Amino acid sequence: MKFAVIVFPGSNCDIDMFHAIKDELGEDVSYVWHDETSLEGFDAILLPGGFSYGDYLRSGAIARFSPIMKAVEEAAAAGKPILGVCNGFQVLLEAGLLPGAMRRNSKLTFICKQTELEVKQGDTMFTQSYEEGESITIPVAHGDGNYYCDEETLKNLQANNQIVFTYKEDINGSIANIAGITNKKGNVLGMMPHPERAVDELLGSADGLKLFQSIVKHWREQHAITS
Amino acid sequence: MNYDVKVHVTLKEGVLDPQGSAVKTSLHHLGFAGVEDVRIGKVMNLRIEGTKDSVDGQVKEMCDKLLANPVIEDYTYEIEEVVST
Repeated sequence: MKFAVIVFPGSNCDIDMFHAIKDELGEDVSYVWHDETSLEGFDAILLPGGFSYGDYLRSGAIARFSPIMKAVEEAAAAGKPILGVCNGFQVLLEAGLLPGAMRRNSKLTFICKQTELEVKQGDTMFTQSYEEGESITIPVAHGDGNYYCDEETLKNLQANNQIVFTYKEDINGSIANIAGITNKKGNVLGMMPHPERAVDELLGSADGLKLFQSIVKHWREQHAITS
Repeated sequence: MNYDVKVHVTLKEGVLDPQGSAVKTSLHHLGFAGVEDVRIGKVMNLRIEGTKDSVDGQVKEMCDKLLANPVIEDYTYEIEEVVST
C-alpha cells in the first residue's frame, strides 16, 4: 500500500508521519510537495501537522488553495482514505472536505500533552483495529484546536456517526469534546491529536499505530484477490 | 480606475472569542471597569483596479472564498475611489 505525505511550506510533522508509515507500519510512503498536481498511484493521503503558510489569515486557509489540493479533493471523491492531523485537519475544514471550523483554544494556551481519547466509532476505515469505546492515549499540540460547528451540523455529525474521537475531558473548548470527525462517506478523517507521535512505547504511547493499521487492513480487504 | 477597499472580518455573533475575552480582562485590570464586551476582528486594505461594479463583485467573491470563513465569520466592506492628486 502506498501512502502520500503532503508537504506544505510550514508543515513540521511530515517527517514524523513519514517515519510512522515507513518504519513502524512498514508500508511504502513518499513526500508530495504542495506544488504537485497529481496523486496518481497513491492509495492513501496524509496531511500532516505544522503551520502551513505560517497560519497566515487563518490556520489552513492559504494551504487549502495549494495546487495539490485539487488532487486531494479528487482522491476524497474517489473514496480513498484521507487523514488530516492537526494543521492537516484545519486544511480539510478550510477546503470544505469536512464541516465546521477551528477557533483559538478556549484558554488561549498552546496545549502540548498526552490526552485521553475515546474511540466513538470502531467501524470506520481508520478505527477498525480499535474497540469501540476504547480509551487511547495520543498527544495533542495545538493553539487553534477549539472545534466549532452550528447545532444543525452537530446533529448531522451525531446522526451519521461522524464523530470518531472525543477528548475524555474538555481541553480546548471544542463543541461536544470533538477531537476527530469524518466526512459523511467516512473516508476523510480530520483529528487534532497526533497518532503519528504515538507509534512506539518509547514515545510514551503506541496507541496511534492502530489507526494506520486500520487503514491498511481496510485497503487489503478492498483489494483482496477473490477467486 | 483604482479603488481602495477596506474589508472588515469579525467573528459571528455567538461564536466564542477567547482573544476578545482575554483583552477584556486586561482592560478591567487597567481600570476600565465599564468594558462589557470585546470582540477582535481583522481589517484588510486592498487596492484594486477596475470599475466600481466589477470591484464590488470581486471583493464579495474574495471574502466568500478566502478572506473570511463563513462558518465562524461575517464580513463587511467599503469601496472608495482613489483620487489621484
